[in-house]
Amino acid sequence: MWVIFKKEIRSFLGSFIAYIVIGVFLLLTGLFLWMIKGNNIFDLGVASLQVMFEVAPFILIFLVSAITMRSISEEKRLGTLEILTTKPIHDVQIIVGKFLASVTLILIAIVPTLFYYYAIYNLASPVGNIDTGATMGSYIGLILLAACYASVGMFSSSLTDNQIVALITSMLLNFFFFGVLGMLGDISWLTNIGKSLEWFGLEFHYDSISRGVIDTRDVIYFLGFIFVFLGLTKIVFESRKW
Amino acid sequence: MSIIVNNLTKVYGKQYAVNHVSFEIGTGEIVGFLGPNGAGKSTTMKIITGYIPPTEGGGTVCGIDFVEESIEVRKIIGYLPEHNPLYLDMYVKEYLAFMAGLAGIKGSQISKSVDLALDLTNLHPEKQKKIGQLSKGYRQRVGLAQALIHNPKVLILDEPTSGLDPNQVIEMRNVITQLGKEKTVLLSTHIMQEVEAMCSKVMIINQGNIIANDTIEILQNSGNDTLTVIVEFGAPCSKSDLAKIEGILSIENISGNRWRINGKSSHIRQHLSQFAMSKNIEILELTSDKNSLEDIFRNLTNHVGHI
Repeated sequence: MWVIFKKEIRSFLGSFIAYIVIGVFLLLTGLFLWMIKGNNIFDLGVASLQVMFEVAPFILIFLVSAITMRSISEEKRLGTLEILTTKPIHDVQIIVGKFLASVTLILIAIVPTLFYYYAIYNLASPVGNIDTGATMGSYIGLILLAACYASVGMFSSSLTDNQIVALITSMLLNFFFFGVLGMLGDISWLTNIGKSLEWFGLEFHYDSISRGVIDTRDVIYFLGFIFVFLGLTKIVFESRKW
Repeated sequence: MSIIVNNLTKVYGKQYAVNHVSFEIGTGEIVGFLGPNGAGKSTTMKIITGYIPPTEGGGTVCGIDFVEESIEVRKIIGYLPEHNPLYLDMYVKEYLAFMAGLAGIKGSQISKSVDLALDLTNLHPEKQKKIGQLSKGYRQRVGLAQALIHNPKVLILDEPTSGLDPNQVIEMRNVITQLGKEKTVLLSTHIMQEVEAMCSKVMIINQGNIIANDTIEILQNSGNDTLTVIVEFGAPCSKSDLAKIEGILSIENISGNRWRINGKSSHIRQHLSQFAMSKNIEILELTSDKNSLEDIFRNLTNHVGHI
């Protein structure tokens, strides 16, 4: 598994995708947090990273999908899947190795934003007047959310040998699970059904963790979500055997 | 026995890709797996290497069941798939180190086994290049090096020389022959000469069935009292005249006055020269065309194609 992990990380760093993803993520979150009029931290006058945590899930839908689009589809296109799957490793090790590599790359993109936290911590009046608990909760939520996106991305990538198709499928599915299901709770005529369906969406649990309270139910939801999609990936992956 | 295959069957829908195939390959043999495209060669190899499971049947590699204990079998098999898939953006050395890691080789042993594989395939001058920059011949060697990386006891090579130029083919054959001194090799091809050049035994497969499994000498002489000759006359003559010669089975015009003629082996050359004398034309060339794959197929599959 670590052999696959290392190879994936090396090929990320050898390709431009990694740098583009990290760059775009930092640029966009930075813009929203500091620059864009009306919403930036100076206009709002509140020492918090709230703005960033509101836009980041939508930016990540695109970026995580871009990271994972090649993971399996490219192996299918090149035919190298036949090489990998005839080596003495289990299919699960291939999938998990690739998944962890994608999550690691996202972590590398997210970690530099801790600098924003440091800056705001010092800018706040008085210094340190920032809700550290909620911020850390939001970070954990964001990382778990990105991991969920990555599992959906892996699944989409396993469905096709075309990375563009994988990218679009992944973005649509991720938008559905985060955005669409998240909105259902706000539709009045759906009342209770909407609220129940919202529970299945990623946004509900992301918001919940962002408040700074790490509820085991939310963590279990995220881990379960990842488990289900990696499981589906494995099923598609093994469809060659049918 | 190195490879034992028992009653192996693979069904896609209603079509039998491999139909109750059984064979045995002894340790240290180089066996050619011969057949036209779509005959079931690749499917059989994919099942042995654990890429796909069989519908029915099974077998062992060095005593280990390749269906039940696929992971264990993969440790002792080196496999070069058809079309030789490679990561074109990886460096040769990097790729081989990755493959060594996948094969379960650890730490300092990795660079040793990479060097050994580079030695065996004469790839040292190219090791710092990207695979995408290499010519087809070198890429094929990288594919072979990948199969060799963990010093497997058994090599399974799916069309290792297809698409190479004649020089590269010869080099590739030399490498495989060299390897065959220590390892059991099963290689597939649709070129008869290839089997003659490398293999000690040949298995012919057609439409999922093994229709011959023997040494090359036996196969080339087996059951066929026919001989194919190539003859060039000094003057034109008609096909109908040629067809009148005793014992002729098939006639094919190659070009101008050159003909490929198949007939009863005992008489054909004699009758041809008698024919030429009676017509008062010279024979410029008369050579025997060793049984080609097509001929053996014709002989083995109900003599289709004879006149």
